[in-house]
Amino acid sequence: MLLDALTLQLGYNATLVAIGATMLGVAAGAVGAFLYLRKRALVSDAVSHATLPGLALAFLVLVALGGDGRLLPVLMLGSALSSWVGLWLVSWMGRATRLSEDAAIGAVLSVFFGFGIVLLTVIQTLSAGRQAGLEGFLLGSTAGMLRGDALLIAAGGALVLAATFVLRRPLLMIAFDEGHAEVQGLNVRALDLMLMTLVMAVTVVGLKIVGLILIVALLIIPPVAARFWTEDATTVALLSGLFGGLSGYAGAALSATAPDLPTGPIIVLMAFALFAASLFFAPSRGILAAALRHRRLQHRVHLRQGLLALAHGQPVYERLTQRMLRDHGLVRADGVATEAGRRAAAAALRDEARWQELRRADTLSELAPRDDGLTRIEEVLTRDQLAELDARLTPREAL
Amino acid sequence: MSPLDLVTDHGQPVREDLGHLPLALRGVTVSYGAEPVVFSVDMSVAPGAMTAIIGPNGAGKSTLLKAALGVVKPLAGRVTAWGAPLASQRARIAYVPQRASVDWDFPTQVRDVVLMGLYRELGLLRRVRARHMDKVMACLDRVGMAEFADRQIGQLSGGQQQRVFLARALAQEADLYLLDEPFAGVDAATEAAIIAVLKSLRDEGKTVVAVHHDLSTVEAYFDRVFLINRRRMAEGPVAEAFTDETLRATYGGRLGDGLVARAG
Repeated sequence: MLLDALTLQLGYNATLVAIGATMLGVAAGAVGAFLYLRKRALVSDAVSHATLPGLALAFLVLVALGGDGRLLPVLMLGSALSSWVGLWLVSWMGRATRLSEDAAIGAVLSVFFGFGIVLLTVIQTLSAGRQAGLEGFLLGSTAGMLRGDALLIAAGGALVLAATFVLRRPLLMIAFDEGHAEVQGLNVRALDLMLMTLVMAVTVVGLKIVGLILIVALLIIPPVAARFWTEDATTVALLSGLFGGLSGYAGAALSATAPDLPTGPIIVLMAFALFAASLFFAPSRGILAAALRHRRLQHRVHLRQGLLALAHGQPVYERLTQRMLRDHGLVRADGVATEAGRRAAAAALRDEARWQELRRADTLSELAPRDDGLTRIEEVLTRDQLAELDARLTPREAL
Repeated sequence: MSPLDLVTDHGQPVREDLGHLPLALRGVTVSYGAEPVVFSVDMSVAPGAMTAIIGPNGAGKSTLLKAALGVVKPLAGRVTAWGAPLASQRARIAYVPQRASVDWDFPTQVRDVVLMGLYRELGLLRRVRARHMDKVMACLDRVGMAEFADRQIGQLSGGQQQRVFLARALAQEADLYLLDEPFAGVDAATEAAIIAVLKSLRDEGKTVVAVHHDLSTVEAYFDRVFLINRRRMAEGPVAEAFTDETLRATYGGRLGDGLVARAG
């Protein structure tokens, strides 16, 4: 069954949903990458929650005109309009008052969402039973999705993706260095507005499948996961799109395997699985790699400090230091230095003495910042420089 | 220190008695990433003296202070206060941060900032009484800021803000005062006021340690110096440890105007 789902063998409708969800995921991931790099991820929360009143109002208008309240294109239009108003309010509050953006986002998000919920309740009392579809927009529902809806979603996702591709260069410029971008003649405000419009478009396109509460996750989790793997912004955007697409595809396919599985939450859980894997296993930025690096450094530090203590005849207190010395065969179990230990300690001491002398030598002292306690001086100096240093040392030091 | 530590047993080490030192670091190494920022530093802060921590930019001065405060965890080594683990001695240690680390738009008045110095005394539930406010005002008076008690902190000049921070540390009635660049970006009057307060603390037998970057005032202000450039370069009374040789070793070829001013 699972394999059938992942290979799109569950029938025409499920396949359509999967294609729509994939397209949506790729678009959300790509747009989300620029949103994340611009450090305005939270705005998407306001944008998505602000769709609800428009969605409900559009439904009411449709019903009042005697039509089917669930006509997706009209609902999307209504959502877009009200989320525009919300977005405008956030930016207006930032400009007109001393409120910071996060406070404005919190205010707009909750007020619009609250108003939307009130409207939903009104709809429920007006036409009991008929509005069943509307709640589905909160968390996403693909049950009874029409072929046209799926195509609309796929097309909308493709359109957003194309626009993001065209705007990728200026968007990266304002994300990295606003001031420079402005001097280059870029209209930062207009570009920010376009970015927010793309976010809004993703939200509206994703209403049906992922729902307005969870769409934020599809915008933010893929870029954050992608960031673990690369130090290059364009690669972040590409990977983010890939992660978004994978989540959308796997989530939609999985939710098709059982009748009551909600699509939106499963897509988000897929995205989270990718994030968790990235968090732990990414090379260099992942926490496993970081922990290993930290441990290796700690061992080197303890070994080095242990050797220096041996060289100076000082006692070694710390357990880890004792263990490192023992494990490397530098001291015996009773704490007495072995032959190898004495040699290594003497070498460490000579290294230290050389570094110290290097600071006093006018010709070499500019290399002093390379001395971090762990770097051997042979790695920094040429053979001639080393000889020069040792010549200064011999009269005074007898190792 | 437990008496057990003093026993020598089959070559096991005897612990050094650090009980007389307000602050002692032994073999402290700190790293934020791939390499040590501070390597194997020993530091012995003498009681009842004013010590300057000196070194070039990026030499690990602030990091050393953070390790001494227990804010960053060292990769190796240990920190003791009066011979005991740092955590048990927090009430006796006051800290004055760099001014840049604070949100000056924060809605709070000068007196409330100083009152925060009494947190250990007040805890979660105790009421703020007249005697607490008296203490706050006495501390503000000591730094010459009593008349500004009702100001919002953002309305003060840089020097005044620094004095308020010092007053907050005073309110704590600690035995050891750690200051991170207390004279950075303050006016001459403030500098004089702060140094006068610090010297009076020293004369009361308290211990003062400050990260300092103006080499020309070291001899006038401090009793002892601690020179650092990733490693401990020198430590001791100013006359012994603050010499051309130790400064050259610490600053290398990049010896700036500071030493010139000192020599001249």
